[in-house]
Amino acid sequence: MAAEGSSLQLLQENPCLVELLCHVLKPQGLSARVLSFSLRLAGVFAAQESCFQYLQQAELLPGLFGEAGPLGQAAWSAPTVRSGWIQGLRSLAQHPSALPFLADCGTLDTIFSLQGDSSLFVASAAGQLLVHILGLSLQGPAEGPPSPQACDWPVCAQKIVGHIEGSLRSMATPQVTQALNVLTTTFGHCHGPWMQVLWERLSPLVACLLQEDPLPAAHSLVDLLLSVARSPVLSSSDCGLWETLAQTLRRLSPAQAGPLALGILKLQDCPQALRAQAFGVLLQPLACVLTAADQAPGPPGLPEGTTGDSVTVDTLLSSKSACAGLLCQTLAHLELLQPLPQRPSPWPQAPLLGAAVTILRFCNGSAAPASDVGGRLCAILAGCVRVQRAALDFLGALAQETGPQELVTQVSAVLLEYLRSPDSSPTVLKKAFQATLRWLLSSPRAPGCCDLDPDTQLFLRELLPVLRKRLCSPCWEVRDSGLEFLTQVTRHWGGQAGFRHALLASEVPELAEQLLRDPESYVRASAVTAVGQLSSQGLHATAASPEQLGGQKESLLAELLHVLSTDSEGFPRRAAMQVFTEWLRDRHADVAEDTERFVARVLQAASRDLDWEVRAQGLELALVFLAQTLGQPSARCPYAVAAPQATPPGPLAQALRALSRVRLFEFAFRALFDCDRPVAQKSCDLLLFLRAQATPSGGLQEAEGSPDVVPVEAALQRWRAGEQGEPLGDLEPEAVLAVLRSLDLEGLRGALAESSDHVEKSPQSLLQDMLATVGVRGENQADCY
Amino acid sequence: MKLYCLSGHPTLPCNVLKFKSTTIMLDCGLDMTSTLNFLPLPLVQSPRLSNLPGWSLKDGNAFLDKTELIDLSTVDVILISNYHCMMALPYITEHTGFTGTVYATEPTVQIGRLLMEELVNFIERVPKAQSASLWKNKDIQRLLPSPLKDAVEVSTWRRCYTMQEVNSALSKIQLVGYSQKIELFGAVQVTPLSSGYALGSSNWIIQSHYEKVSYVSGSSLLTTHPQPMDQASLKNSDVLVLTGLTQIPTANPDGMVGEFCSNLALTVRNGGNVLVPCYPSGVIYDLLECLYQYIDSAGLSNIPFYFISPVANSSLEFSQIFAEWLCHNKQTKVYLPEPPFPHAELIQTNKLRHYPSIHGDFSNDFRQPCVVFTGHPSLRFGDVVHFMELWGKSSLNTVIFTEPDFSYLEALAPYQPLAMKCIYCPIDTRLNFIQVSKLLKEVQPLHVVCPEQYTQPPPAQSHRMDLMIDCQPPAMSYRRAEVLALPFKRLFEKIEIMPELADSLVPMEIKPGISLATVSAVLHTKDNKHVLQPPPRPAPPTSGKKRKRASEDIPDCKVLKPLLSGSIPVEQFVQTLEKHGFSDVKVEDTAKGHIVLLQEAETLIQIEEDSTHIICDNDEMLRVRLRDLVLKFLQKF
Repeated sequence: MAAEGSSLQLLQENPCLVELLCHVLKPQGLSARVLSFSLRLAGVFAAQESCFQYLQQAELLPGLFGEAGPLGQAAWSAPTVRSGWIQGLRSLAQHPSALPFLADCGTLDTIFSLQGDSSLFVASAAGQLLVHILGLSLQGPAEGPPSPQACDWPVCAQKIVGHIEGSLRSMATPQVTQALNVLTTTFGHCHGPWMQVLWERLSPLVACLLQEDPLPAAHSLVDLLLSVARSPVLSSSDCGLWETLAQTLRRLSPAQAGPLALGILKLQDCPQALRAQAFGVLLQPLACVLTAADQAPGPPGLPEGTTGDSVTVDTLLSSKSACAGLLCQTLAHLELLQPLPQRPSPWPQAPLLGAAVTILRFCNGSAAPASDVGGRLCAILAGCVRVQRAALDFLGALAQETGPQELVTQVSAVLLEYLRSPDSSPTVLKKAFQATLRWLLSSPRAPGCCDLDPDTQLFLRELLPVLRKRLCSPCWEVRDSGLEFLTQVTRHWGGQAGFRHALLASEVPELAEQLLRDPESYVRASAVTAVGQLSSQGLHATAASPEQLGGQKESLLAELLHVLSTDSEGFPRRAAMQVFTEWLRDRHADVAEDTERFVARVLQAASRDLDWEVRAQGLELALVFLAQTLGQPSARCPYAVAAPQATPPGPLAQALRALSRVRLFEFAFRALFDCDRPVAQKSCDLLLFLRAQATPSGGLQEAEGSPDVVPVEAALQRWRAGEQGEPLGDLEPEAVLAVLRSLDLEGLRGALAESSDHVEKSPQSLLQDMLATVGVRGENQADCY
Repeated sequence: MKLYCLSGHPTLPCNVLKFKSTTIMLDCGLDMTSTLNFLPLPLVQSPRLSNLPGWSLKDGNAFLDKTELIDLSTVDVILISNYHCMMALPYITEHTGFTGTVYATEPTVQIGRLLMEELVNFIERVPKAQSASLWKNKDIQRLLPSPLKDAVEVSTWRRCYTMQEVNSALSKIQLVGYSQKIELFGAVQVTPLSSGYALGSSNWIIQSHYEKVSYVSGSSLLTTHPQPMDQASLKNSDVLVLTGLTQIPTANPDGMVGEFCSNLALTVRNGGNVLVPCYPSGVIYDLLECLYQYIDSAGLSNIPFYFISPVANSSLEFSQIFAEWLCHNKQTKVYLPEPPFPHAELIQTNKLRHYPSIHGDFSNDFRQPCVVFTGHPSLRFGDVVHFMELWGKSSLNTVIFTEPDFSYLEALAPYQPLAMKCIYCPIDTRLNFIQVSKLLKEVQPLHVVCPEQYTQPPPAQSHRMDLMIDCQPPAMSYRRAEVLALPFKRLFEKIEIMPELADSLVPMEIKPGISLATVSAVLHTKDNKHVLQPPPRPAPPTSGKKRKRASEDIPDCKVLKPLLSGSIPVEQFVQTLEKHGFSDVKVEDTAKGHIVLLQEAETLIQIEEDSTHIICDNDEMLRVRLRDLVLKFLQKF
């Protein structure tokens, strides 16, 4: 109410509100929640300048937010009260007239102390409030950039900046961290010209921090520097920032420097030298690995100056966790950098590939390091699952580009080693499968021929027996990731003759079908997807034996229907629905034989399902069927201006009868009142599309008389009330259309589009909460959030 | 304290520890790798094997790897850590003059007996018409084809023992339980601790009052069927002898079990048979448990599993009755009551069947495809030989090696060319090097002693620095036929004081917290126990002359000089000398103390930490005066 109208008017018309606030001022045993609420409420009112003045005159504000306020009371020990106090101030601090109040009442000092509050929420909110007040006071009335002299600044800004300076000088990690965090948020959110002045004033102190050993709050320092560098006000004008960044890169330990280097490389405009330095820092650990493995003086292909320095080597060799941490971080950073347009160019693809392969070799003990450092790295990394996963992810990301043939061969070899090794943990295997897929899909096609190139064919011949063995693993995670891999690779390569031959010659399709009966539901789900995909591509196990063609093919459909109607877990049923939708969309041969019967059976099974995702997917399938029967849904392109084309009445009547035969209407109507919102939403969309298609201007209704809609509407009423109800039986298309016209589908769609907590967030709900808290206090102990 | 190392095989150790007048043999493993030099002993006449050119069947014996380093008849006790490490027992206890006792836990003895029984049965049921031994002569051996001519110490290879010798050897075993303390001649105490590797497997603690030696052999930290390893009791050892680590440090048992199951399923799905050469106890229990969980998910419920061994039945049943030796999970099952191992259910549902040999019932029930577990893992004797001959020609079949004791390539050599698929999934649950370094950090022994193989990376992977023991101070290593002096000296011995003697003592505090008393007593030593008894009382004066003379035989009792303690402050001593009229006193510092020179009297007083000498020229009066001055500074008691 305050947001929509004048708070002042509200207060004047409802004196009880002021009374409430006055009441709070009296030192009495008010509950912490009421106190907190009152503070927030006062803040909301005071956000408007007129109302602020009004409350000031009533001398309410100093009592609520000043030193005389709740600070001294016992209630202050409750975090809710402190949080309410800060939120109230945050709302209040909206206009310049609030600034003197903040400066005079000792409020700022309290906020400073709350930065170190035991409640993280309070501490974080205090920091943000400082940022807000600083921004408010500096951007204020002054025209042009404020003068660098502090005495010309508003009092609030002077106090806050003074506090920050003091914290930075203290060199104590908690204080420095708080100060740096406030500055980071400031530079991230505010963009006034005063930012430059502020930075010029504070940067010497930041530079001083760099001289400290050990460096306090290194992470926060990195965040600050990156925030400053990203700030458009500062990055365009050089104010010693680049030099500070370069100095910091040199000063930080390898693990601390990584995030800074990545941040620098992501910056849009930044001196080339600094970028080179940052990239060098990022590549350091990999350079060390390459040097350790090769015994060569410097790894070939890395940018100049990137040799493994002794600090990095020491970090890598200091302990297993430090080594794994640094390598994982480096690999993750480079993986993030790889797809970015501003990544360094030339991109050292070959050495990076080499490094990833070498790390993987160190981890599985197959590398033969010649140097002492290499031997120790090997001992540290052997069997390290974390590094294996990170390196495989990185290797997969590098598949975007190719590399020298020799290295690509090594990549294939190391991937096969990992896929084959019985020691690979399930999570590592999953990553290995993912990386293999990316490399396979990026492999070049033989020129002038659309089939796979000979190297890939060779690789496949080695890979499929491994996949076969993995599908028999006693570990379900392994079977699952094997099936996922099979699905993906079939989806992309199902049409390649070389792949088809290799796959059909292996036992993999048969095994996949066997896994439909796996005891683990995730595996059954993946098996359903895999078998569905294989079947779409004509690679289903039994397709190999032509004499059984008809009977066996029917059996896969039957088997998946069996999964849909009987599986005790949701995942396999969802997967089956997805497969059926795909099949219908692609007009799979089994489905095309008798599409209506297929759709009817699937919808019947889906309508009874307890899992809302299955029902939602059922609607997706219904929509596909609808589109195939009536024409493409305009929903495909929501912004299309063209009105849906009118379907001629004759075929339309036939189509509607078909829909009625498969009981699509009943399914959709029932779903309209589904207790799960996404299902109802989908159904609403579907019916809207149906109405648009079926009742163009001057459509069916004129030709026919008035249909009997009573039973349909009665059924809808029952469903809306949450009853299960009986099946509707065969519906006349005319009756359906009449009902469709009578329903307020648009209104329903609007209601469903509201977020699920819109009821809880409405003012009405807030009022109810207040009444519940105040009115029946004591009786109602339940905590309404 | 010395350690005699009789075996060069780190997982089949045989060491002798001489500790405080006792001679303790730690394990007596039997290295059977030399059998790989022989042709297999077929159960059914094999035309292929008997028609090999230029060869006649030789005796397939088991062999002992020992030297004349120590006289075995002097061994007092033998401590056995697990059933694999007792296979040489008959060679040691029989025909060597051994008269001591063997200590082992009950499962170790029972399963050890089964292993020996199986071995003897395998060898004896294929009697040979003739036996040859002349080839062991070095001159003849040289003429034999490789690799036989290169085999070392052929002369030490022995014939397999008989059942009679087995029984006699086993009768010398005394059963012990975990944490039971066994006194050996009053000198040392030995205690078995759970080692987590196999049913009844143990590590041993050998300790006296002031020294503790831990013997760790074949331990496992994995959760398989046996009771978990007791690590806490190994703490505070002076010496930790570490043997029996995993033989395949690069193979993780979990991964290998997965590999085993996958390959088994693939073979059987294609209509092939799976052969698993194995021992009749140990990992087979875990494999059966794994398969029990796996076969339904892999759709293998209809495939029969056969376990063929002369001791198959006993092994499966014994495993179910040693509840107190099992891990906690399995123990709780017993109270339900349920059989602790699921193979009982496999047998009940007829999925697993066991037979003493391929003869008899087995041939009636046999149907393919199937999975067969049978011995011996060396593929040189036992029913496995028959299955290798039977299935070797088809590429549908697979042999899966799970026992790590033999090189699978060498084991397969006599069967080449082989169409059958071979999979190597060695499952060795014993400690790997990562676990060892954690264990050593935990128990912190002063010294570690281990076979030399553990102090360097394996020869085939010389870059794997992680595959060796890394500890501080570096481990002492031993090799076969070496005698190691263990690096600590015994400093103390515990002596008891009889109560009446203790009563008579009057301790005097010489420093805060330290009191001293002189004791005159008779030290009585018997069974390595030392007791101070009151000295015989001097005869009463009223007795006759003869008695009096007898009492004079104990002269120490009378002429007891007081003991002195304390130190002489040189400066004060000099002042005292000057007070007593000695002028011209000069002090010199030496390495051990001071020399006080009285130049006039030509006298030297040499003061050191533990002695004071007065050297003067024939002037007894002066010496006594000086002595009394010195004594003033010292405490007497």
